[in-house]
Amino acid sequence: MEGYLSLWDEYGARIMESFWANLQLTFWAFIACAVLGTILAIMRISPIPSLRAFGTAYVNIFRNTPLTIIIAFGVFVLFGVFKLQLSEDFQFNFFLIAIIGLTIYHASFFCEAIRSGVNTVPLGQAEAARAIGLGFLPAARMVILPQAFRGAIVPMGNVLIALIKNTTVAVAGSVAEISGLMKTMIELRADQGILIFLTVAMMFVVIVVPIGLLITSLSKKLAVAR
Amino acid sequence: MSAPQQSVLFDAPGPKARRRILIINILGVLALIGLLVYLVIGLKGAGELAPAKWNVFLKGSSWESYILPGLYKTLQAAAISIVTSLLFGFIFGMGRLSHTKVINWASTVVVEFFRAVPVLLMMLFLWIMLANSGIVNAQDSPFYAVVIGLTLYNGSVIAELIRSGVHGLPKGQREAGIAIGLTRSQSLRLIEIPQALTAMLPALISQFIVILKDSALGYIINFNELLFNAKLLGTGNSNMLQALVIAAAIFIILNFALSKLASYVSSRLSSRSAD
Repeated sequence: MEGYLSLWDEYGARIMESFWANLQLTFWAFIACAVLGTILAIMRISPIPSLRAFGTAYVNIFRNTPLTIIIAFGVFVLFGVFKLQLSEDFQFNFFLIAIIGLTIYHASFFCEAIRSGVNTVPLGQAEAARAIGLGFLPAARMVILPQAFRGAIVPMGNVLIALIKNTTVAVAGSVAEISGLMKTMIELRADQGILIFLTVAMMFVVIVVPIGLLITSLSKKLAVAR
Repeated sequence: MSAPQQSVLFDAPGPKARRRILIINILGVLALIGLLVYLVIGLKGAGELAPAKWNVFLKGSSWESYILPGLYKTLQAAAISIVTSLLFGFIFGMGRLSHTKVINWASTVVVEFFRAVPVLLMMLFLWIMLANSGIVNAQDSPFYAVVIGLTLYNGSVIAELIRSGVHGLPKGQREAGIAIGLTRSQSLRLIEIPQALTAMLPALISQFIVILKDSALGYIINFNELLFNAKLLGTGNSNMLQALVIAAAIFIILNFALSKLASYVSSRLSSRSAD
């Protein structure tokens, strides 16, 4: 127990700092993937064949690529080969590249979440929207998507939860986040390995489980009464 | 693509709308071609399209000593993890459905814990601890870490699938089982789970895709799977872009085939059942 407590004295600040990096990655990547995912979803349900084909291709490609490859691509190709410099700061540059990788991957899941939400909207809603003279985009913006978002809370929440956990993969992209720190800590203090793992694991449990409960209650509260 | 969904959003277009769609479509095609041209010019300018960078993949030796062994390891880890996660999922799925409070509670804690913890954390932890403790050969520890990590996470997800599948059944099924003299666990095993299993088969196959994809996390813990070997190949021939693209393409083809299988199974099942 003393060994474990001394670990907190030594690493406590860094643990919090690293986990904060995971939360920041989650925040920015979720906003970006929500925007990109919604655009892709609109493309996939639009009447324009070329945009539909693009949306479908995007989703099929990035949903089926391991996130690890996307993150590795960001570091070894975008940074390693093309010397992508999004920021003067060396560390912050990797952080931004990791956000791009997480966004590209999760946008395909977000798009599918919205699409499943669109499927919950009854046909009559779209017919009514057309009957009062709305075109595709106004109908989507004012009638279909608001209901689709409310019907897609559970799948969107699942994307958020997956994203929170997947921020740990950013360690492959040279970001100083919690899983890299955990590895270092266990290597240096193997005697405390189990407790170190449980500590870090509980940090995720404490974030992920309440979000899961919140999503369930939100989805019930916001469900469109029909 | 699904026709019913598209009809939700727009009518059969009239002549005016058809013209507008055509115009936007042409603009869209032009934009996509523009994007493609931009990419090709950019890549060409950087020398990434030079034949020398791609020829490596025409040589049998790079397939024999890097890509195929890596693919083999990936498939092996994924296949074993699929079997073990099914086992894990069954045991804890039954546990979550159990009426014995202690078993139910314990299974809930295990399932919720492993669903909430990132797989990578488990893999990193197992990798170092297994190597240190000497339970397995140090050089095998990445493999075991990948398989156990994937099993704990995906097994928990499958346990949840089984639970929700059984809850989705009409309760007459269980009542009928009990009426003919089966115990609760017998009716669960003989009547409810087999039915739940067919209903959840598509979701199960989708979970296999997750297993296959997540096996690439093994790269981070030095497991010599496809991505790891592709990176070695890319470093050796200084064609990292090409090596990663090839590795990604192999994953995409495998996963795409699996997802087609899932939608085929799901359409077969929905056409078969009465409701």
